[in-house]
Amino acid sequence: MLRRRVIPCLDVADGRVVKGTRFVDLVDEGDPPELAERYAREGADELVFLDISAAPERRGTLLDIVERTARRAFIPLTVGGGVRSTEEMRDVLRAGADKVSLNTAAVADPTLIGRCATRFGSQAVVVAIDARRRSGAAAGWEVVVKGGREATELDAVAWAERAVELGAGELLVTSIDRDGTGAGFDTALLRAISSRVSVPVIASGGAAGPADFVAAVRDGGADAVLAASIFHRRIHSIASVKAAMAAEGLPVRHVPEVAA
Amino acid sequence: MSEEPRRPRIAVVDYGAGNLVSIEQALTSVGASVTVARDARPLAAADALVVPGVGAAGPAMERLERGSLAEPIREWIAADRPFLGICLGLQLLFEGSDEDGATTLGVLPGRTSRLVDAPTLPHIGWNQVVRTREHPLFDGIADGADLYFVHSYAGVPQAEAEAAVLARTEHGHPFVSAVAVGRLLGVQFHPERSGTDGLRLLANFVGLVRAGAATPAGVAA
Repeated sequence: MLRRRVIPCLDVADGRVVKGTRFVDLVDEGDPPELAERYAREGADELVFLDISAAPERRGTLLDIVERTARRAFIPLTVGGGVRSTEEMRDVLRAGADKVSLNTAAVADPTLIGRCATRFGSQAVVVAIDARRRSGAAAGWEVVVKGGREATELDAVAWAERAVELGAGELLVTSIDRDGTGAGFDTALLRAISSRVSVPVIASGGAAGPADFVAAVRDGGADAVLAASIFHRRIHSIASVKAAMAAEGLPVRHVPEVAA
Repeated sequence: MSEEPRRPRIAVVDYGAGNLVSIEQALTSVGASVTVARDARPLAAADALVVPGVGAAGPAMERLERGSLAEPIREWIAADRPFLGICLGLQLLFEGSDEDGATTLGVLPGRTSRLVDAPTLPHIGWNQVVRTREHPLFDGIADGADLYFVHSYAGVPQAEAEAAVLARTEHGHPFVSAVAVGRLLGVQFHPERSGTDGLRLLANFVGLVRAGAATPAGVAA
């Protein structure tokens, strides 16, 4: 049976892992490949690098850390943040990433999804959807871009379906309302999307503890669950999250204990 | 200290179908010397051939033909030289693919078909690889170990090729996740992305290549 995946996300700025509420109050947290290797050893099923650096020389720095990570952590690596063309995607894959996640650029030009999927296969194309619950009478969720700063008026569920039709092999669904709050995943959002698409859905935004991971899978229908700060700050280990999932009957991959 | 044995030379076929870096680095880390083969020339000096790849069969076959690699690969396998196909590299060994109707290498009787009754497609993630028999490729790896998959299609051997099946995995229905015929080996999962067990499998492959390079008739079928 296919295991439910637990995925640490590393926010990377100018070649370093940073922590803090996404995009503000960044604190240097270490060398990405080193952290990646630690997570792989501790049982991470995959890794996600989200490049949030603003420097113009970001691309070279990012490719360098992807390459160094691929040499040390032999588990799948997804890279997101700022990929706008098939050429940029090719460079990231050549550096050793397995998948690229497209977000703002895919909203701006949805044909990018199809072009990337045709060239590299759907399995390499993750479409990241940042969704915000609509307030007032309008039900549902709206897609937001540019790190949550810009609204699009796109309906998140409709965009998810469209992204899959265009060739997305996976969806990374982040609740912007919950992200960084520790209020738990938006399971209604996850369920609304996972019930409408056949591709795997990765839950993101709001994890505080192991029970949230269980809820994302059981209530949200997520195939994988992503979190950043609770792992970086060592509030919870990957093993303790997986143990909680297993105790609730969810299939997870166990990693042999590493001698201390 | 004994001298380090010569690193087996493994040619990894690059036909533009996916992530070569990880397979290169994984093979290097388990003791192989890797050459990337964009045409048939590097095959002459190689002890083993690895065909990785993800994506659709049709474009992959076109690129193999364009690089004049399809026939040399068939000849390599016909000579029972050490070979490992990974993911699409396994699927291409069958006669054809239902994905786009492509005619593939035709080394194994059967076709590549879409996974039946799969709860999610693509099948992405860690799943159990259950052996149908023992094989040195899996030495030191528990039966039913979790390995990493990324695919929507899988090879379906004809009845006469059933003996080639080495392992199965279930996603909806069971599908063939590893084959072995003589020195021809193929896996549907990605050992280069399957953590410690994946590296163990690649190390086993390199070990088989090393043994095979020393005694050309040495590897059990």
